[in-house]
Amino acid sequence: MMQTPLRKLPRPSTPVYGSSACKPYRCRVTRRVQENDDTFTVELTPVSARQHGAFTPGQFNMLYIFGLGEIPISISGDPANPDRLVHTTRAVGAVTRRMATLHEGDVIGVRGPFGTHWPLEELTGKDIVIVAGGIGLAPLRPAIYQLVANRSDYARVVLLYGARTPEDILYRAELERWRARFDLEVYVTVDRATGDWHGNVGLVTALIPRAPFEPRNAAALLCGPEVMMRYAVQALQKRGVGAGQTWLSLERNMKCGMAMCGHCQFGPHIVCRDGPVFRMDRIQRFFGKWEV
Amino acid sequence: MTEHEPHDRLYVLDRADLQQLFDALQARGYAIIAPQIENNVIIYGAVERVEELPVGWTDVQEGGTYRLARRGDAAIFGYTVGPHSWKRFLSPPLRMLWRARKTADGFEFVDDNAPPPRYAFIGVRACELAAIQRLDDIYTRGAVVDDDYQARRHAAFIVAVNCGKAGATCFCASLDTGPGVGPGYDLALTELLEGAHRFVVAVGSERGAEVLAALPHRVASEGEIKLAAAVVAQAASQMGRTLETTGLQELLYRNVEHPHWDAVAERCLTCGNCTLVCPTCFCFTIEDTTDLTGQMAERWRRTDSCFSTAFSFISSGSIRTSAKARYRQWLTHKLAGWQDQFGSIGCVGCGRCITWCPVGIDLTAEVAALRAEDVGQPPAEPILEMA
Repeated sequence: MMQTPLRKLPRPSTPVYGSSACKPYRCRVTRRVQENDDTFTVELTPVSARQHGAFTPGQFNMLYIFGLGEIPISISGDPANPDRLVHTTRAVGAVTRRMATLHEGDVIGVRGPFGTHWPLEELTGKDIVIVAGGIGLAPLRPAIYQLVANRSDYARVVLLYGARTPEDILYRAELERWRARFDLEVYVTVDRATGDWHGNVGLVTALIPRAPFEPRNAAALLCGPEVMMRYAVQALQKRGVGAGQTWLSLERNMKCGMAMCGHCQFGPHIVCRDGPVFRMDRIQRFFGKWEV
Repeated sequence: MTEHEPHDRLYVLDRADLQQLFDALQARGYAIIAPQIENNVIIYGAVERVEELPVGWTDVQEGGTYRLARRGDAAIFGYTVGPHSWKRFLSPPLRMLWRARKTADGFEFVDDNAPPPRYAFIGVRACELAAIQRLDDIYTRGAVVDDDYQARRHAAFIVAVNCGKAGATCFCASLDTGPGVGPGYDLALTELLEGAHRFVVAVGSERGAEVLAALPHRVASEGEIKLAAAVVAQAASQMGRTLETTGLQELLYRNVEHPHWDAVAERCLTCGNCTLVCPTCFCFTIEDTTDLTGQMAERWRRTDSCFSTAFSFISSGSIRTSAKARYRQWLTHKLAGWQDQFGSIGCVGCGRCITWCPVGIDLTAEVAALRAEDVGQPPAEPILEMA
């Protein structure tokens, strides 16, 4: 199996100046995929050859629609292929609804990447347990690509994924391919079965008690609605996976991505800088506290 | 702002020669910003002459009230701080970040950046100097530097003033940010009203020394130095409020679920006045627009407040919908989170948020209430029981 080197989180050695840091670079839409009813994926390639989209799994970009606005979206592509920036999002606000109408060849703006990453480089030799809910699979997909590319560095790799209905399942073909591999354990559940669904029904957290991993040697990576992550953390703790072995990705309002605008405050943390990926023991004092 | 060891020696500038300071700064290309009266309030704005300052006026402040009053003398700096602060000039409330034109292959930036203005700030109080340093931490000491802020900041000539009186909502002494000015000024004045009306001048930079050299001045006498120290000591003895800072960060972190937040929420209107008048509140939002043709886009940066529900809006709605959560966020961030994020307490004790709160909510009283009944919280795990 081909080994891709793990990329270190880029750290600027010299200060980056504000006016350039808040100017997006141009990217052309090279592919657009409708994932389900309201969720779609855009694949972007920098217009200028000097730009590249190098990132680490778990990081996010700020995507800009000319004159309309800018929003933070996690990167869901393969970190080994930084010239194809992949973002999956739901059409929920003004910018994402406009984004949903993009065609191949359209140009949008990108700033980033920002934030912390899933620390796979620290987790070699471990059982990796990925718990994703809904579109929470998107920021975890780069981690899955990296795990697959470096499969022999890890013990078991387990993906537990929950969606509302079978129609809401994201990256379905890819999930099937991963499930067909002998070296990945993939379990999918839906809240509500429709059509000819014969798989698991129930919350993704219900998959945790019987998932095949060794708790003392496990590292859990979580992304989904906050309430889902709260229950997932608890179910993991019941199996003996502690807060120091659990990482999760938080969603907060973000305007700048440069730890200046104040919007992503979370207790002592600035999510765009200290997150979005946090180790649970670093945030457990505030995580789940009402409206913090 | 030039890094410079303050001179040990103090000087004296006569009141009659103060205009020459203004003239010297203007001759060096600075636009002077100083206190002045507008709509019965002391604000900061452009001036050219000493007479435009609030000569002979003072302010009387309390929770939710601000009134001007005659002092009965001709003091030039005989008041404390009003609703404005210097952040207005260093980080303007509304600023265009860039413009871009639509092109065949997307868009291109239109570079029309004018150099930022060069200001001389007259009458910067000790708490305000500390507040500017808090803004420096956020805008210039992180991985990304706000170059517009940095350019304005480097250009700004700071004439600080030691406070001769403290207001009823002042508590800088509790935070060790005043009333005597700390380092970071170019020149610092202490106004002496006893005997001849004059100013004791401290020099804080080469730039300050160069300007002072252009003015009529002399070395201060022992007596004048003692008088100047007495002026600051008097202000220190008049603090209207106190804030106990021992264990403050932990106090707030462990009382996230204190019932007192509900009591504050019953009074808080979530108007955001406190964040507008606060000299350290730095949050902004980004607004993208186009012109009517849709061919030119602009990005603007606008002051924002954590008291709006839009502030914390994410795909599933606002994180902080209740008044309780928004007040708690503001206070806890200012006094606790700031220490983790930027290494100091975000409050400088100027008292503006108390004075300008329409219902007189007093952060020193809210902290004291939490302290009086420190309920704390149980250890963090288990996080919650499975339903």
